[in-house]
Amino acid sequence: MEKSYDDTNTEKSGLRLKDTELRLGLPGSESPEREEHDQNVLSLKSFVSGAKRGFSDALDGGGKWVFSGGSGGGSEGLFSPRRGGNNNGGNDLSGSDSGLGGPVLKDGVAPKPLVVQEKKSQVAAGNGNTAPASKAQVVGWPPIRSFRKNTMASHPPKNDNDDDNAEAKFGSGCLYVKVSMDGAPYLRKVDLKIYGGYKELSSALEKMFSCFTIGQCGSHGVSSRDVLSESRLIDLLHGSEYVLTYEDKDGDWMLVGDVPWEMFTNCCKRLRIMKSTEAIGLAPRAMEKCKTRT
Amino acid sequence: MGSYSSELKRSKDSDESARRSSFPDEVLERVLSLLKSHRDRSSVSLVCKDWYNAERWSRTHVFIGNCYSVSPEIVARRFPRIRSVTLKGKPRFSDFNLVPENWGADIHAWLVVFAAKYPFLEELRLKRMAISDESLEFLAISFPNFKALSLLSCDGFSTNGLAAIATHCKNLTELDIQENGIDDKGGSWLSCFPESFTSLEVLNFANLTSDINFDALEKLVGRCKSMRVLKLNRSVSLEQLQRLLVSAPQLAELGTGSFSQELTIHEYEDLESTLSNCKNMHTLSGLWDAKGIYLPALYPACSHLTFLNLSYAALQSVELAKLLAHCPRLKRLWVLDTVEDKGLEAVGLNCPLLEELRVFPADPFDDEIVHGVTEAGFVAVSFGCPRLHYVLYFCRQMTNAAVATIVQNCPDFTHFRLCIMNPGQPDYLTNEPMDEAFGAVVKTCTKLQRLSVSGLLTDLTFEYIGRYAKNLETLSVAFAGRSDWGMQCVLGGCPKLRKLEIRDCPFGNAALLSGLEKYESMRSLWMSACNVTMNGCRLLAREMPRLNVEVMKEDGSDDSQADKVYVYRSIAGPRRDAPPSVLTL
Repeated sequence: MEKSYDDTNTEKSGLRLKDTELRLGLPGSESPEREEHDQNVLSLKSFVSGAKRGFSDALDGGGKWVFSGGSGGGSEGLFSPRRGGNNNGGNDLSGSDSGLGGPVLKDGVAPKPLVVQEKKSQVAAGNGNTAPASKAQVVGWPPIRSFRKNTMASHPPKNDNDDDNAEAKFGSGCLYVKVSMDGAPYLRKVDLKIYGGYKELSSALEKMFSCFTIGQCGSHGVSSRDVLSESRLIDLLHGSEYVLTYEDKDGDWMLVGDVPWEMFTNCCKRLRIMKSTEAIGLAPRAMEKCKTRT
Repeated sequence: MGSYSSELKRSKDSDESARRSSFPDEVLERVLSLLKSHRDRSSVSLVCKDWYNAERWSRTHVFIGNCYSVSPEIVARRFPRIRSVTLKGKPRFSDFNLVPENWGADIHAWLVVFAAKYPFLEELRLKRMAISDESLEFLAISFPNFKALSLLSCDGFSTNGLAAIATHCKNLTELDIQENGIDDKGGSWLSCFPESFTSLEVLNFANLTSDINFDALEKLVGRCKSMRVLKLNRSVSLEQLQRLLVSAPQLAELGTGSFSQELTIHEYEDLESTLSNCKNMHTLSGLWDAKGIYLPALYPACSHLTFLNLSYAALQSVELAKLLAHCPRLKRLWVLDTVEDKGLEAVGLNCPLLEELRVFPADPFDDEIVHGVTEAGFVAVSFGCPRLHYVLYFCRQMTNAAVATIVQNCPDFTHFRLCIMNPGQPDYLTNEPMDEAFGAVVKTCTKLQRLSVSGLLTDLTFEYIGRYAKNLETLSVAFAGRSDWGMQCVLGGCPKLRKLEIRDCPFGNAALLSGLEKYESMRSLWMSACNVTMNGCRLLAREMPRLNVEVMKEDGSDDSQADKVYVYRSIAGPRRDAPPSVLTL
């Protein structure tokens, strides 16, 4: 059920010439969101150059423990809707709004270029515009309200092809994965299916592991949430002490946040909150992996 | 009434020649106060000056379909005694991210005027408006009698705003938060309802994702004995649901939380018996992640169900069939297409009273999925449910013949919204355009008020619509048509058209301008990714000063192209709060 990058990226240059010959728009129209991608690309570049990369680097304008890239303003980073017209506060995970070109009108009556995102050869697959579908995706189509879109995206209904959930406890009900944190005495388990996206996962993990982090910064015996404010925890993380990684189906350890959320939940087998000192060398592998798939 | 009738006779005698209404104003107002429909009221207000005045003094609820069509000052001037306001803001396509951020429709300016003019305001219902936490707090403290807040598809606020409402609105009966872009900062807002607060009747927080303070919720539900609508969010477990229902068996509408927690036999039986005590339940929703094995717990509660919303529960056909066998009275059903055609056959077999069906796609962005529903499912429902008049149907294939059969079986459609998800897809059997399908719809369904078209469509579809859809009020078009002629047909026909929204169609200036006279009788027109140019829009704006013509440009597009056009009638003049991306012409 995992859609491989190969399929998606062979489409990236082209309009898919399907049975429907009716098309609109001119291929090659650039999308404004390109600059957003460039941001992501930049951040990844700095990573590759070996710079120690805490989570703060993973976003533009840090502040929160959010994974990979973002257009700020609370949108879900990589997957912001095309317009940046993110009417939905934080949770708009619409990888669906990305497109690979659009239909073109058959009769040559080419109206406005379709509002899609043209994906050229972008550096990292981390720019998760490659929505699961292999076909050109059009902004705001099919016409489904963002709320419903996000809800279903984060909790895809399971049909037959459900076997990929390695740690799935119930089968189709939930998707528990172990979460370990370097230095913590015990592991936790989280159900990836209950989160809408990376942002929710990160806040949940923050809350879950905050007690350990307090201990680490020497506030002995102070484990109540009242004392540790969220911002303080973030400051700790901001200080790039930890990096969130996951083990995928191939057994590789990857940086969390590069791929679309749905893809992540499908291939994540376990999570590890790793000291960033150990994380160097992780990204280049991630990059390579993406490259080979691109 | 004796003295009144003699008084009437007297005044009638004296005013015989004047031929105007001789009802004393108070009587007329009393009579008119019984009128609820805002359309009737609009008609009444046009009769004569006396009636206009009587109507405006007796109106307590105002409905404003486009917040920019009028200003709050104008509303307050005309209607001095309003207690309930319904306001709609952004164009509908903002639901699909086609409207730029910060577009507008901010409620605050309205609230400021209302605080001054309607201090006794009780109800506020907003759709697609922007509302901040500050506005919510302002609302909470400005209106001591405030009772009902309903927010649908709004954005700009967080749970802090809800906390303000809970804290200050002592008389709150309704808090309905639906499908909003809400910044969910946690569930502590629920604890802000004071211990003495018992008036809540409607609580809907299904939209929120974070955990709520269950203890606070349980106590709240326990002391609000008049609660009839309770819609929980996903974080509420089955076990918690059971506890809540024990103290609220009187619920008429229930939205469960997550329906998938592992239960012991004992817990399951408790749940089942508690649910069977809910004798008043007519609406059921939620059922997130519903597991088939737990659905039977619902059966005893389903006998009086009229509305079942399974659009967040990915059921398979067999599960649905078994459930529907217990819902003979069902009138409205929302499902995911995971139920497939087989599930829809079960609908046709079990729900003869069905009036509304919505089938949502579980995986709308994945073409590789071969599941979902086809024309066969829709046809099956039409055979079993002759009363069907509202349908929203997402599918990946359709034929003209199927639609013709469907409307033959169900000629009473008022709302026909068909979305063939692949843009511009023809009849998959004949490879022809889907013109005849929609032709059949408009020819057969004379009561049709709302139509959404899809698939491969030529101008012929629009000829049919213009010619036959005499009651059509709302039309949504995407990736359709061949030339200006299509849109011209619609604007030239369809006498009752109020809302026209078009995207990605080859309609240009000629089409846009052919509707010059029409737009003033409509609420609004939306055209995006069509062939309209800035000059066309400027011409429209010049010719029709009472229309607001707004253009939203996209970065990098040609200067002359009008990427997105939104035209609407307004007595408030051009708006002054448009962001830089929106040009008012």
